[in-house]
Amino acid sequence: MQAEVVFQARGLTKIYQVGETAVHALRGVDLDLFKGELVVLLGASGSGKSTLLNILGGLDKPTNGHVIYGGHDLVKATERELTEYRRYHVGFVFQFYNLIPSLTARENVAVVTEIARNPMSPEKALALVHLADRMDHFPAQLSGGEQQRVAIARAIAKRPAVLLCDEPTGALDSITGIVVLEALANVNQELGTTTAVITHNAAIGGMADRVIHFSDGHIAGIDRNVEKISPQGLSW
Amino acid sequence: MTALTRKLFRDLWHMRSQALAIMIVIASGVATFVMSVSTLDSLQRTRAQVYAEFRFADIFAPLKRAPERITKRLAAIPGVREVESRIVAEVRMEVAGFPDPVIGRLVSIPDYHEPKMNALYLRSGRMPLLNQTGQQEVVLSEPFAKAHQLLPGDAITAIINGHRQMLRISGIALSPEYIYSLGPGAMFPDNARFGILWMNRKALASAYDMDGAFNDAVLKLMGNVKPADIIESVDRILARYGGMGSFERRHQQSHHFLSQEFIGLETMATIFPVVFLGVAAFLLNVVVTRVISTEREQIAVLKAFGYSNATIGWHYLQLVLIITALGVIAGIFSGRWLGQGLGNIYMDFFHFPYLDYRLENNTIALAFFIGFSAAIAGTLHAVMRAAKLPPAEAMRPEPPARYRESVFERSGIRRFLSQPSRMILRHISRKPLKTLLTIIGIAMAGAIMMISNFQDDAIDHMLHVHYKLTHQEDLTVTFNDPASRRALYEIASLPGVTYAEPFRQAPVRIRYRHREQRTVVQAFDDSMSLRRVLDRNLEPFALPPEGIVLNDYLAELLGVNVGDHVVVEVLTGRRPKFEIEVVATVGEMLGIPVYMHIDALNRRLDEGNAIDGTFLAVDRPFMNAVHRELQDMPKVAGITIREAAIQSAYDTMGDTILIFTFINTILATGIAFGVIYNSMRIAFSERSRELASLRVLGFSRAEVAYILLGELAVLTLIAIPIGFVIGKEICAMIAVHMNSELYRVPLIIEMSSYAFSAAVVLASAILSGLIIWRRLEKLDLVAVLKTRE
Ligand SMILES: Nc1ncnc2c1ncn2[C@@H]1O[C@H](COP(=O)(O)OP(=O)(O)OP(=O)(O)O)[C@@H](O)[C@H]1O
Ligand SMILES: [Mg+2]
Repeated sequence: MQAEVVFQARGLTKIYQVGETAVHALRGVDLDLFKGELVVLLGASGSGKSTLLNILGGLDKPTNGHVIYGGHDLVKATERELTEYRRYHVGFVFQFYNLIPSLTARENVAVVTEIARNPMSPEKALALVHLADRMDHFPAQLSGGEQQRVAIARAIAKRPAVLLCDEPTGALDSITGIVVLEALANVNQELGTTTAVITHNAAIGGMADRVIHFSDGHIAGIDRNVEKISPQGLSW
Repeated sequence: MTALTRKLFRDLWHMRSQALAIMIVIASGVATFVMSVSTLDSLQRTRAQVYAEFRFADIFAPLKRAPERITKRLAAIPGVREVESRIVAEVRMEVAGFPDPVIGRLVSIPDYHEPKMNALYLRSGRMPLLNQTGQQEVVLSEPFAKAHQLLPGDAITAIINGHRQMLRISGIALSPEYIYSLGPGAMFPDNARFGILWMNRKALASAYDMDGAFNDAVLKLMGNVKPADIIESVDRILARYGGMGSFERRHQQSHHFLSQEFIGLETMATIFPVVFLGVAAFLLNVVVTRVISTEREQIAVLKAFGYSNATIGWHYLQLVLIITALGVIAGIFSGRWLGQGLGNIYMDFFHFPYLDYRLENNTIALAFFIGFSAAIAGTLHAVMRAAKLPPAEAMRPEPPARYRESVFERSGIRRFLSQPSRMILRHISRKPLKTLLTIIGIAMAGAIMMISNFQDDAIDHMLHVHYKLTHQEDLTVTFNDPASRRALYEIASLPGVTYAEPFRQAPVRIRYRHREQRTVVQAFDDSMSLRRVLDRNLEPFALPPEGIVLNDYLAELLGVNVGDHVVVEVLTGRRPKFEIEVVATVGEMLGIPVYMHIDALNRRLDEGNAIDGTFLAVDRPFMNAVHRELQDMPKVAGITIREAAIQSAYDTMGDTILIFTFINTILATGIAFGVIYNSMRIAFSERSRELASLRVLGFSRAEVAYILLGELAVLTLIAIPIGFVIGKEICAMIAVHMNSELYRVPLIIEMSSYAFSAAVVLASAILSGLIIWRRLEKLDLVAVLKTRE
């Protein structure tokens, strides 16, 4: 598969200064992500996965290095350009769902669709994650898995070019987890969305085009799946 | 409606009780502002209108006696537009059924035409008819008529030039000259004992043997003339005719007192709103900072999905603006309502024909402006921080709090503390800044309560010093003309009079370099046991045999120090002018008196060993008899009863300043409660997770409440004395600003005011505690633990 490069990350480092000690979250990461591919990031806790994802999503800046997206260096982008980038190009699914508690499921999705360019309706996005009947519930009235599905609906509703998911199934049982992964796979296939999924669950690697192994702030290895397994075929 | 707008309204609804508390605080601040500014505006505008409409004079020139033709010379002074001559005389009066001495001021009105200046506003009846023989008609000033329930057609008696004369009331009126009217020597208006009677010129002239002559002139000037220049010319012309020194409006009694009252109102229009809105800004800051910190992650999510900094900032600013707008609007409406009420109260003292109460658009705009400025000043920082929050950082929950053992525990008392008590101490010492802010908030609430009561205390003290320590006489008798000592012995020998003390007094202009003030020099002999002069420690002060003693406020106005020489120009009698050394200053709080030893003054007045009146101590049972005796003495011009003077002082002060303070006390109580409730409410929501966890672990509601409310109780107790200190500082500021020639506000705060402040703070704390206790009952353990805060 020789597709167009979407992200080109070069020499990314990230150092957090905590008091006296410097925490090296990323120690020089080089990575290309291709259009329409689905990658899974695996790695020990604290190995820097979320840090990388935040940088790719324009939420954070690296200490050193470059990320080229669509010909622009995100590292050099202004606040305004990053805001645009996030608004029109990226969908996020966070490790801790991060729904807005004062808004219903539908409104949580609407928050994003209202400012996007060519979104699907919040109803449709919620239907994709099998939550059509819970649209008017507030986050506090939903289970953890349901909240996570709302978060996914929110991320895919704008039909983003890039979907970044930080442990989207971490809190889910395997059946619900598979529902969620299916939704991600669908979006990836139908819209050609470049998708990166962080997980601790090696089995999920089976649905990816590539599996990237993280260790101690750098990429320890990349596996290419010759054959992708559809989410239904996964089990853990 | 966008989802973000919905979030805004739901957030607002969620924090409604806090929002309401803030709104009350803002509304209170705006209300005091609108109330005092609109009242002040309305009074000033009304005064200007009334002056224009009723042609209030520009220059006033009292004199002894001058032939009518002199008015032509006055009119010829360049810059003078009009002159009117008058006859003015003070008389003793008798009102049926009112035993106390009453003084009336007779003022002539032209026989054949409307007064050119100082026109009357007839409230009822008509102008007096010219009546050559028999009974004369008069127009009575309304406040005096009201005090005695006199109506047109009724009669009163005046002792005119020694003759008892019946006067028929033809009408009741108000005059721009007597909007605020004080009897001779009085500090406060007393409408029952002093009144104005307008009478035809001819009638008055014949009674006082003033045909073809006058003893008072009023002048109207052309547009852009400086009164000071005219005054000089007027004084030069009138010098030969016993001119007593003409003066401009600024020194006209009614005008002067009104202006001084306006100064007080202005102070209140500034200080109260500043303090109240400062507290509101503080409160908004605390609440908004808190809201934003709980919503860190939501802010991060919105940013992750492409909401711009500006949109986020605007979102939170809207929250502030909505609360503020509602507060300001409520404040404007209540301020208007209060302003109207206050205006009506002022009308009891300022006898304007009407009060044109208006709330100017300017004031409304200014109210919005200061309301929003305060709100934005209080929250801008927090909102900007929210806007600039880096999303990746915000995404991570705030790091768990770092607890340490507090100083208290390390000091070894730990073994006496239960686990919950330790939690209280650690929580307090963990976030010292936050704790400090809460303490300051509560302290401000207490401070505000003190300001409200302070004026009460100060006035009490001021009147106590003036009327209990300084004046110990029962009666003050003033003579028509300087009399010999024999008059003193005569009065002293009346049955019931136990003691009599002489005094001498003269209106003067006192000058130092280019500064000048009009006042009265009062002179006493060595006895000074009824009328005292007090030093700054309120100890009796013996007048030195030579030199002049100045009130320290007057000394400040003139810029003189002890040892300097001032020029004193006496405005009556032979009008001597002399230079004299300032030998001391005294700290009296009312008026701007100056004192001399009676012998020293008499030497300079050059009229022998004369006196102008006496202070009397009278046995109570003989009081009325002594009145009667005195009333029948031709040389007696007036009698002042100390008790009555005290009463009118309290009436005046009580009904203006004290009502103002009363309103502010109510508003301040609202603020105190708002601040305290908010502090507690925030502490509650910040810790509801922790408290719920404790409940889950098996702590009872009372134990959990102890941890939360115990902390607040500690903070409240610390805050109360700090509130005392802040409150006292603000009171000192007010005192300085309120100072005027009428009075100096002493910085006196009674124990009861401290107690009241503490009581309101405690009551607010207890009430807030009860509300939170009820919320603790409803604390939904599962919901709290499920939502991540
Ligand atoms: N704001 C921060 N300040 C200090 N250190 C940080 C900060 N954010 C992350 N780190 C550190 O950087 C390293 C990488 O963190 P990151 O969140 O990327 O790990 P991760 O691979 O996502 O782990 P997990 O699987 O547990 O989510 C960790 O050691 C973490 O402690
Ligand atoms: Mg992570």
